[in-house]
Amino acid sequence: MKRAFPILAALTGILLSYALYEALVAAPTEQTMGNVQRIFYYHVPSAWTAFLLFFINFIASVFYLIRRSPTADAIAVVTAEVGVVFCTVVLVTGPLWARPVWGIWWTWDIRLTSTLVLWLIYVAYLMLRRFSTSGQTPVLAAALAVFGALDVPLVYFSIWIFRTQHPQPVIGGGGSIDPRMLHVLLINWAAFLCLAALLCWSRFRLERLQRQVEDAQALESMLAPERSR
Amino acid sequence: MNFLYAAYTATWLIHITYAVTLVRRYQRLRKEIDELKDRQP
Repeated sequence: MKRAFPILAALTGILLSYALYEALVAAPTEQTMGNVQRIFYYHVPSAWTAFLLFFINFIASVFYLIRRSPTADAIAVVTAEVGVVFCTVVLVTGPLWARPVWGIWWTWDIRLTSTLVLWLIYVAYLMLRRFSTSGQTPVLAAALAVFGALDVPLVYFSIWIFRTQHPQPVIGGGGSIDPRMLHVLLINWAAFLCLAALLCWSRFRLERLQRQVEDAQALESMLAPERSR
Repeated sequence: MNFLYAAYTATWLIHITYAVTLVRRYQRLRKEIDELKDRQP
């Protein structure tokens, strides 16, 4: 198990380098948008990764509400935090793509607004975890996560259901994509999934250690008055 | 091209910043563990 982490780190490094080369050099240039379309290879896989992490957070939160499992609670915190990182990438790369293509940085259409709301929900979730001192914090956070997860399908299917400024789906829903572009997109998604796994693993170890330290500090403060007698 | 490089750079800055915060939190925790060990009778 000790070897698995460096192996995953090395694999992630190799895959990310290869994916970067594929995205910037090997992928064909899109005819209408030109090179700026290559933002697609970071924007879309980051969004899919964030959705997946929020889905895992939802499953872990439901499991925690049913079983009160500390491991499920830790998984929920970890996936929410890493999910927010990937969602931030989506919200930053989106306007950088929109400005040269649409002529505006932002528009309040359903896809963009629901993505921003999704990010705000999980930031609120992390704030609750960070600053609440109540013993019920994990339960409240799990309940918030269950409701927050309802926004994920809204974000994902909004471009199918509503008329939006955001481009229509290129995979499924009648969309089409050049096979070479699809290949580069999937390689980048695989690379970002490996990066997400690596970050989640590191964050999970940190969370476990943090809880052990908190338990030790609580025990110490309980024993302190006894020792002073 | 500038927007493309800006998007890729921003992505990497976000991930690197997060990784750095993880390392710092881990170092702070290790310090707390050492302090706890020192206080052991």
